[in-house]
This record gives sequence, structure tokens and C-alpha cells, in this order.
Amino acid sequence: MKILVCVKQVPDTSGVVAVNPDGTLDRASMETIINPDDLNAVEAALQIKDETGCKVVVVTMGPPPAEGMLRELEAMGADEAYLISDRVFGGSDTYATSQIIAAALHKIGIEDDDVVMCGRQAIDGDTAQVGPQIAEKLNLPQITYVGDIHKEGNKITCKRMLEDGYMTIEVQTPCLLTCIKELNEPRYMSVGRIMDAYSMPLTVLDNEALKDEPLIDPTTIGLKGSPTNILTSFTPPQKGAGTMLEGNGAETCQKLAGIMADKHII
Amino acid sequence: MDFELSKEHQMLQKLYREVAENEIEPIAAEIDEEERFPSETIPKLAKIGMMGIPWSKEVGGAGSDHVAYAMAIEEIAKKCVTTSTIVAAHTSLCTYPILHFGTEEQIKKYVPDLASGKKLGAFGLTEPEAGTDSAAQQTEAVLDGDHYVLNGTKCFITNASEADVFMVVAMTDKSKGNHGISTFIVEKGMPGFSVGPHEKKMGIRGSATSDLIFEDCIVPKENMLYKEGKGFKVAMNTLDGARVGVAAQAVGVAEGAIDETVKYVKERVQFGRRLSQFQNTQFELADMQARTDAGRLLVLRAAAAKDNNDPMLGYYSAMAKMYCGKNASDVTRRCLQLFGGYGYIRDFPIERMMRDAKITEIYEGTSEVQKIVVSRAMGVK
Repeated sequence: MKILVCVKQVPDTSGVVAVNPDGTLDRASMETIINPDDLNAVEAALQIKDETGCKVVVVTMGPPPAEGMLRELEAMGADEAYLISDRVFGGSDTYATSQIIAAALHKIGIEDDDVVMCGRQAIDGDTAQVGPQIAEKLNLPQITYVGDIHKEGNKITCKRMLEDGYMTIEVQTPCLLTCIKELNEPRYMSVGRIMDAYSMPLTVLDNEALKDEPLIDPTTIGLKGSPTNILTSFTPPQKGAGTMLEGNGAETCQKLAGIMADKHII
Repeated sequence: MDFELSKEHQMLQKLYREVAENEIEPIAAEIDEEERFPSETIPKLAKIGMMGIPWSKEVGGAGSDHVAYAMAIEEIAKKCVTTSTIVAAHTSLCTYPILHFGTEEQIKKYVPDLASGKKLGAFGLTEPEAGTDSAAQQTEAVLDGDHYVLNGTKCFITNASEADVFMVVAMTDKSKGNHGISTFIVEKGMPGFSVGPHEKKMGIRGSATSDLIFEDCIVPKENMLYKEGKGFKVAMNTLDGARVGVAAQAVGVAEGAIDETVKYVKERVQFGRRLSQFQNTQFELADMQARTDAGRLLVLRAAAAKDNNDPMLGYYSAMAKMYCGKNASDVTRRCLQLFGGYGYIRDFPIERMMRDAKITEIYEGTSEVQKIVVSRAMGVK
């Protein structure tokens, strides 16, 4: 049994968000982090590993520096890593991305008792589409917004967290789960594992490695093959500091009305 | 010459910073205020492997090196010198001498629990009448059949009330001076061994400092570490390495104070300008950063010397401790001055950093002792 966890390196949105003149994100000048929900998926997988001794495999699609993130995940406890990386894959939207990742997972091999885990959504695109699309392309049953997981043999029981309650769902492996942050508290890397991380298995899957996969359609991958394209992205203008008016009653209301009139709001 | 940290060291630095920020900084002011040992932090550090960073995995350590260890101490000390003191004393004053000088049985018995952080270590050398003059030991160990009987008092011992294993220095033959000193591994709970009350200190107030009291304390003969009469050598060799950790603490607290000050001067407005726009602020911070960076390079040189069994270790570590300790006191005092009145208020961390910094000029050999070591190595006698 193994757990395949799909992860994404994303810009650290708590820092400065930089935008290129053409409107696309200037990713090179931004700090990167592991997408937070994906860390919860990794932790969930590692907890099952702690219990059962199964293997945890982390998979990402991204530029070559994403190797650093995979090494960190190996330092947390993952056993093996795959980096899907090729210029041909660059600029893929969720449709193209999920197709490529599904092809990679198929190539790695999904056994009867395997589980695929993803974070709920990435903090850069916020689409929450890639996980479910991977499941569709691989014909796997999927449970989204998972807040609790119990595995017993080939049966998994999950709590699917909704706004006003939760559903308890039972599913057979192989299946795909998307995880939310309430699921757990991701562990730290350990000093001992960091010392070993760079000698652990890491395989790069490029276009050459995946082109013969039946799920890959060369016309629907990369920027050109993506059905959706970003027209523009921008940093919203900052709002000015607000003004607090002290007191109550007619005098303050008159003052407020005066300010609004000055600004031609009324 | 390459000043770039290895990939592993970079990843370790990231880990240490996360741990220091999430687990150590939030309680740093509280444990200082309440003079409370941070018991909750030690198991967390143990789980991550930070209680035995430089020791091999075979003996229960994390399998890293002293450069990684010094970096950890620096990152912890940036947020809380108390916590860095606990880790440093445990690692370099207790686990190290057992691992380096111990018999196979002693290593097997004590090191795995120490290196993995299941047990905490301490080191007892200083006595009321034997501070810098550490050869003037009064604690005596007398052989009586299959055990030694220890009598005497150690003072200012870090981790005293919290530790499980103690490295203790005692006289086995008073007539021989330095050559009559031996070292022993003492366990908590051994008959006749007790710990005195908590010392109220100026800084590192969460660190558990007290006396170790030996009243006809029975220590099995096999717990003598290394050879009879070679205890002074064990202690001095241990301190040569341990000073790397104290110097790293000093760099950490200086850098921590600079970080806090840089944040503050960008916010504080006086005379219609941010403090950071005044040339005095700019020059002060540039000078402090350069000195602190220089100190860090001395620490890394000493740590690398420890990893490479370089005979210059004692010289390098003494120089690092001498320079960085003074710098820590200077920098924290100057940073407090830039904070002005707010720096003197305990709601801000800067006064705690200034109080904590001072210890790095005192323990594990005062700055004056370091100057003796350095000048002797220079041939100036």
C-alpha cells in the first residue's frame, strides 16, 4: 500500500505579491512556500504511515527549483518524490495540469489499496479543481473537504466537512481525497531526516517520460493547449486610512453628512 | 573558499527558524517573568532531533554536525537565550564528554537517552571557591570498595533541578592539584545527591540554576569517566567545544536584538520622521550588524574546527566566545538605547535580551579566561 500526495509550490502570499508588466504573476521574485492545504494532506498520509508502515510518495508539477520543496517533504517523512517538470507543461491551466498529473500517477502506478491525497485548493489560484479533475481522469472515487480519515483495510471512512455540518462517507480504495486544514497540524521536518533528504529517491518526469501515457493529449497541455487563459492580474489599489468620528447625535451626523457631501457621495 | 551553507544546512536553518518562531518565542517573555523552566519545549525539540544534533544516529543523535548545532543554538537564542542555554549545556557539557571519553558500556548506557532528548544532562564543575580557578576543587571523591563516596557542593549548575544525568568533577587526590581531579557520571536519585533551591538570576531566568549537593553520595566505581586524575583534561576539553555554543548564543541574542530594533525604528516616528530615517540610527545598526556578522564567522570557524578535530579548536572557540560575548552585551545595550523609554519597559523583549546577553561574558569561562587562552596560543606569555 502507498499514499500518493499531490503538492504544489506556491508564492508566499503573506509577502509581497509581484505582478509582471504583462499582468502575469512575477513568480521568480516572490518567496515560495508549500501550499498550506497540501501540507495537511502530507501530514494525513504520514499519520497513516505511522500506523500502518505504508509508503508515502509526494508528487508535484513545477519548475526545477520545486525539488527543494520535495526534499523538505522527504525530511518530514515522505519516502519518495516525483517532480513533473518540462517547458512543454509550463502555463498549464487546471484542465491541462490535472491531465499531466493523472498521467504521471498512472505511470507511477496506482494499486488497489492505494490512496491519492491532495490539498483542498492552492492559495495562488484558489480553484480547488485539480484534485477532483485528477480523480475524474483516473476514474477514481473522490471525497473532497476531508476533515477526518479512518483507514481499515481497503475501506476508508471520511468526514466531509461542509459549511453547515459534515457527511460521513465510506469509500473503497483506490480513491482520491482532498484535505482541509482542520484535518491536522503538520509536523516539523526532523534534523535526522534533513541529513538524509538529498540522498532519498527523487525522479524527474519530463514530457519524454510521459508522452506515451494514454491520458496525455499533446494538444491540450501547456499554455497553448489550456482552455482557460489569464487575461490580466493586478494588485488591487490600497484603500486609504479611515476616519473615525467621535460622539453621537445631530452634531456628528451633520459632520458626517458634510464629509460625504465634500466627496460628492451625497 | 565557499561561504555558502550546504543545502542541508540551509534546510536546517529554515527548520530552526520555524521552531523558534512557533514554539520558543511565544513563551520566552513568560518563562523569564515567571522564572519557569520551559518543560513543554524540551520534548518538542527532542522529537525534531534538536537535543542531539551533532551526534551520530548510531548513538541516538540526529547525525548532523557542530556547524548545524551552532546554527540551532543561534536561532533559538535569537528568540530565547534561556532555551538555548538548556540545549547547549545538555548537548556539549554532558552528552559530549560521555560520548568522547566514556567506555563502551558508559556510552551504551547513557548516550542514546541523552542524544535523543529522553533524558536531560548537566555539568558540575564550578564551586563557591572554584570559579575561574577551577583547579581549586573542594568536592572530594573517595574510593570505598566498589564505589566512590562524594562530598561537596557545586554551584550555578545549569539544568540542575531538571536533569537526569550529571557530569561531576571532583578531587580524588588533593595532593596532586590538577592531576588529582577526576570526573564522574552521577544520576538523579543516587543516594546522598540532592539539588539546592533555584537561583534568582539577572537573566536567562527560565534556566534551572542551582547547587548540586553531595553528602556521602554513593557513585558506582564504573561511573568514573575516563581515567583517575584526568578529570581536569576532560573538563578543559569539554569547555573548548562548549564555548562554540555560548558564542553562538551570543550571536543569536545580538541578532535577535537587531531584528527587533530594525522593526521598531521603521515604525517609531519622532520629529515627523521614522527613527530609521535618522543617520544615527542607520550608522548604529550598520555597525552592530557588521560586528555581529563578524562574530558569526568566528563561531562557524570554531564549529567547523570541532567537526574537523582541528587542534586549533580551543583557540578559535575562546576567541569566538570572547568576541561574541562582548558584542552581545554591547549590541543589546545599544539596541535598547534606540528603543528609548520603550526599551526599558518589560512589554518589549529588548530589556530581557540585554539582561540575558550578559551571561555569555561569564559562564563557561569569563571573557578574561578566553583572553588568557587566546594570548597563550599567540605565544604571548
